[in-house]
Amino acid sequence: MQDWKQHKATFASIAASPVLWLIAFFVVPLAVVWLYSFGRNAGLTEIDISGTFSNYGRALEPLYLEIFGKSVAVAALTTLICLVVGFPIALAITFATPKWRPWMLLAIMLPFWTNLLIRTYALITVLRTEGYVNKSLGWMWESASGLKVMVGMAPLTTWEPLPLLYNNFAVVLGLVYVHLPFMVLPLYAALDRLDRSLIEASLDLGAGHFRTLTQIVAPLAAPGIISGVIITFVPALGAYLTPDLMGGPDSQMIANVIERQFKRANDWPFGAALSFLLMYATFILIALQTLRNRSAERRS
Amino acid sequence: MTEKQPVISIRNVTKRFGNMVAVDDVSIDILEGEFFVLLGPSGCGKTTLLRMIAGFEMPSEGQILIGGQDMAGVSPNQRPVNMVFQSYAVFPHMSVADNVAYGLKIAGVAKPEIKTRVDEALELVSLGGLGLRMPDQLSGGQRQRVALARGLVMRPKVLLLDEPLSALDAKLRAQMQFELAELQDNVGITFVTVTHDQDEALSMACRIAVMNKGDVAQLAGPADLYEHPANRFVADFIGSVNIFEGRLTVDEPEQAVVDCPEVGRIYLNHGVTGAHETTVWVAIRPEKITMLPAGQAKAKDSPDGHNIAHGQIKGMSYLGDITIYDVKLDSGRSVRVSRPNLSRWDQEDFSWDDKVSLQWHPTSPIVLLS
Repeated sequence: MQDWKQHKATFASIAASPVLWLIAFFVVPLAVVWLYSFGRNAGLTEIDISGTFSNYGRALEPLYLEIFGKSVAVAALTTLICLVVGFPIALAITFATPKWRPWMLLAIMLPFWTNLLIRTYALITVLRTEGYVNKSLGWMWESASGLKVMVGMAPLTTWEPLPLLYNNFAVVLGLVYVHLPFMVLPLYAALDRLDRSLIEASLDLGAGHFRTLTQIVAPLAAPGIISGVIITFVPALGAYLTPDLMGGPDSQMIANVIERQFKRANDWPFGAALSFLLMYATFILIALQTLRNRSAERRS
Repeated sequence: MTEKQPVISIRNVTKRFGNMVAVDDVSIDILEGEFFVLLGPSGCGKTTLLRMIAGFEMPSEGQILIGGQDMAGVSPNQRPVNMVFQSYAVFPHMSVADNVAYGLKIAGVAKPEIKTRVDEALELVSLGGLGLRMPDQLSGGQRQRVALARGLVMRPKVLLLDEPLSALDAKLRAQMQFELAELQDNVGITFVTVTHDQDEALSMACRIAVMNKGDVAQLAGPADLYEHPANRFVADFIGSVNIFEGRLTVDEPEQAVVDCPEVGRIYLNHGVTGAHETTVWVAIRPEKITMLPAGQAKAKDSPDGHNIAHGQIKGMSYLGDITIYDVKLDSGRSVRVSRPNLSRWDQEDFSWDDKVSLQWHPTSPIVLLS
């Protein structure tokens, strides 16, 4: 392992192309956008980089802070639901027989390989007023009403389809649906690494399954839970398509606002400032996680 | 001595995994206060049997009674036994004291009592004062002691140990063998240990059940297993042995002769249970064979040419306390002979290709019927 570092020429030739790629297509464009965030619109296509902080000042106005806050709340709720739903799924995969495990993992992975747009529209057909959920509920309602009439009681009121789409509920549901694999996979990885005899030892010492779960499994799976939370929360915070297609007029998230600045409002400097605020928030989260890992490593 | 009661009764227990029979109709009584060892090669069903006692596996057939109570349908956390796992399974996110206190807290023991009992248990396994350490600050041997203390502190009817010493280095293992036996003697709790290491089993056990392919091949004390093995499997598994196939030609109450084509006639000064003229096997331990330079064999020890064989040394391994010789007999058969190095020049008595005679006492051979 120490050898290749000594062969600097070899190392450089291998490292050169990815480094160049990163500089040309990631660092430079990002730096340009970063510079834009300190500029102002000088014409339709021209941006004058004047070093002003006015874009950041505007981004911190209550209107935008509220949307930021709402995005954080929606992403947090999404993450929480993913954790609550994903943990039992990960447990089930971990303790499934070797024959079933690959199929269960495949079922989790399958949505990954399907286009997000297709998945979102598929969900819309399920949830809309004339969708399967409302149709099934309506049918059950009518049947119940019919049964009541049969036994001589007054029929139920007319079925009103549930508003399952174009509101905050739909956004959270859509985000949970999209991000669940991000939660399940790191949880599964952490649980799979867990020494089974620790669970058996806990049972052997008289603990029930619930206590074993809360006192042994959960604390030991903590690194997996934290990575799951972060890689669910970060993309959920920046979600664009789901709130755009499934949300109502009041459920726009910060990414939708940013998109509008770059496109309809043609205010690139302000869009850039909003983007970077979002990125800073993400960086702080990742930095906290890294620090936590470091201190955990130092302890052991 | 009062009659000892079985604390564990294993009755006709069979365990199948799919088509594979892991434990095949095993019945064993384990007595109160004894150090019981399940010994066998890997895959013989010993660990499955232990896990069935702990409640992690359920018997396909048969019954397990602990303290007279049928354990069918009783989950591991309800059984009056505790287990020391092969990997120790010390909870890595809890201090040593918290590990040991874990079971007591669940049992609802009062806090002051938990503290005294944890301290006592740690003292017992010589970990006094290390209660605040985290498991990753401990050596392998110390982690194992934590696992032991964690089980003992519950004062179980039986402590189950799954290959307790296999992860330790040789020196520590030898030391722990003595410590475990002494500990068991002090606390008076029944220990049931699973191991594949015969030295471990012989040095610690009151009684040993040697298992082979899901079956108990023999259940006896350590010396009995070594000196009176019931069959070829046990003779071969415990210690090293030379086994010769032969025909029982003399079968009298006071003496017996087995005619073995590979070594000649083997004479025993006691009767055997085999039927006349049937095929039997004779086992002779390497240390019970005397090796002499060719021609120096004492004729009076081998009347009628019994109990003597001639050959040539083809291999030697010097182990310090003993030297093991591989002697190729005239029949082509190799025989293992061990010789203690009683003086510092003993190993120089014999060398490669020396012609030697092998002799043994009429009490040394063991006749095996299966």
